[in-house]
Amino acid sequence: MEDLKKYIAEHPFFENMIPEYLDTIVGCASNVRFNAGDFLFREGQTANQFFLIRHGKVTLEIYVPSRGPFIIETAEAGDVLGWSWLFPPYRWHFDARVQELTRAIAMDATCLREKKEADPALGYNLMQRFARVMEQRLQATRLQLADVYGNPVAHSR
Amino acid sequence: MLPQVDPMLPTLYQIEKVTKETEDTFTLALNPAQTDGLPPFQPGQFNMLYIYGVGEVPISISGDPAIPRTLVHTTRAVGTVTRAMKQLKKDQQIGIRGPYGSHWPVTEAIGDDIVLVAGGIGLAPLRPALYQVLAMRERFGKVVLLYGTRTPEDILFKKELENWRKRFDLEVYVTVDRATGNWYGNVGVVPSLIPKAPFDPHQTTAMICGPEVMMRFTVHALQNRGMATQNIYVSMERNMKCAIGLCGHCQLGPTFICKDGPVYRFDVIERLFDKREL
Amino acid sequence: MCSEKGKGEAMFTIDVSAFDDLLSAIKAKGYALLGPTIRDRVVVYDQISGSKDLPIGWSDRQEGGTYRLNKRKDQAFFGYSVGPQTWKKFLYPDHLKLWEAHSDGSRIEIEPATPESRRYALIGIRPCELAALAIHDRIFLEGPYLDPHYQALRADTFLLAVNCTEPGGTCFCHSMGSGPAVKQGFDLALTEIVENDDHYFLVNPGSDRGAEILQEVVYHEATAEETARAEKALSDAEYRMGRYMDIDNIRELLYRNLEHPYWEEIAKRCLNCANCTLVCPTCFCSTVEDSTDLSGASASRTRMWDSCFTSQFSYIHGGSVRQSAMARYRQWITHKLASWQDQFGTSGCVGCGRCITWCPVGIDITEAVWALRESEGETRREKTQLTGV
Repeated sequence: MEDLKKYIAEHPFFENMIPEYLDTIVGCASNVRFNAGDFLFREGQTANQFFLIRHGKVTLEIYVPSRGPFIIETAEAGDVLGWSWLFPPYRWHFDARVQELTRAIAMDATCLREKKEADPALGYNLMQRFARVMEQRLQATRLQLADVYGNPVAHSR
Repeated sequence: MLPQVDPMLPTLYQIEKVTKETEDTFTLALNPAQTDGLPPFQPGQFNMLYIYGVGEVPISISGDPAIPRTLVHTTRAVGTVTRAMKQLKKDQQIGIRGPYGSHWPVTEAIGDDIVLVAGGIGLAPLRPALYQVLAMRERFGKVVLLYGTRTPEDILFKKELENWRKRFDLEVYVTVDRATGNWYGNVGVVPSLIPKAPFDPHQTTAMICGPEVMMRFTVHALQNRGMATQNIYVSMERNMKCAIGLCGHCQLGPTFICKDGPVYRFDVIERLFDKREL
Repeated sequence: MCSEKGKGEAMFTIDVSAFDDLLSAIKAKGYALLGPTIRDRVVVYDQISGSKDLPIGWSDRQEGGTYRLNKRKDQAFFGYSVGPQTWKKFLYPDHLKLWEAHSDGSRIEIEPATPESRRYALIGIRPCELAALAIHDRIFLEGPYLDPHYQALRADTFLLAVNCTEPGGTCFCHSMGSGPAVKQGFDLALTEIVENDDHYFLVNPGSDRGAEILQEVVYHEATAEETARAEKALSDAEYRMGRYMDIDNIRELLYRNLEHPYWEEIAKRCLNCANCTLVCPTCFCSTVEDSTDLSGASASRTRMWDSCFTSQFSYIHGGSVRQSAMARYRQWITHKLASWQDQFGTSGCVGCGRCITWCPVGIDITEAVWALRESEGETRREKTQLTGV
């Protein structure tokens, strides 16, 4: 339990989290380990967790029929993965495929949802952290969308 | 004032080798056709390459400044001239003028951590800087190369990147904007590599080359890490006809990219960077 | 080039009848005479053989988008202001072959075009045009790279300047500090006086060779009355110009307003026709064109005037950096009035007014500056409150 709390406190996602909140959320945490080829989650499944990646590499993919998986983003040590647990219908929208041995902290969604409802200040704190991540991802996605390296001739007029 | 030679006259070089890098990019290695070649170059400088009867274009030098006799240029076949260039064969001749413009501040950065951030074809103008850094590796702190392309197929200098990656004194991170399932590397935009890259923001010189949008976002990410704009350098691009400050084409605000650029310290052009259509 | 000798020294007077002797003396030294003459109802610059080719007895009316020649009541030799052409057409030709190349398919041979030397005498060059010439000298001869063609064409130019006592409706050289009287950089400077039955020129030698030429004609030391009349004609001219511009901190004014809504207003009218850049005596942008003959055995490269108002001007792979008319006008005026100062240490505008006259829709550089100033809360000052620098 103390190890788990230490891992959470050290993860960039929970940077500067006050000890009182850490004590609360550690009850929802568990250590997980995945091998290459495993999935942290798959599209359509119920989203009842999110992951703090401690080690390894995970790709977030969308499966395109007849073309196979299309990689949207990679997550590595220090990254957080999964926010579909925040809003109903609590369903994953992408596949998270493990590329190499990955260690992570899994945070149980049902447990966390209860705690943040019970303590709105904690809920606000959590939402702020997720909002920040979402903002960064959205910015990166928009930049990807701009296709800045695309063949300029094909794009002109 | 320079000696009385016509600065618009190219010096003849002949093709030593044409290497296909990706679907639309290639590298030319050229040696002087006569004994005298052009003066040595600094990393980040460019030459004007003339294809007989077709035209002349500015292309940055992507070779090793320690081997100045052989000129190496990597470019993308996007216009009439570069498409004709792609068809060149060994021993064919082209005309070259140069080297022109400002350079990456490699020697000025001695003692610092070095962060090179390249996007797409932007790795080509940064490669000479990396060569120069590696040639005196012990005089720098951490050296980090962050490189982003559109897809894994667009990655330049793959063999060399693999070799750089194997070094213990060089951190290489490659990312692509999009990939399919058989890519095991990173997917995401270059600026997203910056928060985790190992360098001391207060003791770093950053050199960025890529599309303007990518450079803009990269500068923001570096600033978020706490870097000061006077330690950030970018390489700019504009239309260029003469490369000697006389044709007026390459103006960027009060500067001429051919002589005040292409490499600028970011704080010098910061005021112009967010103005549209300047 | 020209020394400042003679400036502030004794002035001389020649009768109008001695003017052709002056030209003959210049010609005898081996100079080709170039000067104003009328063609297609405008004053242009071309080869002249004597005063008979000058637009004697003509004046002009110039306004935004308007140019008309009118008959004068007198027979003044220089009673008009500048027309659409500038002297750059001789010293910086609109088309110039830079070199030729030959190829057998793999090997190339490049044959430089030898710069052509010319000895031009520019007869009737105006103060604003002398200022423009000095600007081109600075650009083409004093940079890290020089233009050997300009150097050869400009190596020996005789400058017979004429002060402006008859400024045009779009002139504002006084605001820009370049006229109406020449300050330096000439061989001989004339001030024409035509009053009642008097018709003579005050002559100010600006160089040794100018003084030598003067020795070849009949002259006398100017009387106090003659000098006073010339001085009065020139000081009157300062306030008879149709336009004026406040250049106080103009560089900062432009840089501050790169994103001003006024540019959009101008863009609605601007046709991107490039007239302003073609008639501008300081505009120097050029492009190059590479071509081959049909067999491909020889190729050449030609330098041509270019304009920042064209869409190709800022083209980089994929598109033009300056897509809009707004951006192109802003580039042009900001270059002229602001960034030119950073690049070459002078204003890029000499106040000749050509860009106003020859703009088909009458866009006015002086109005643009006032508009920016007024938007910042300044009130437009009267002509008399502004003086040249």
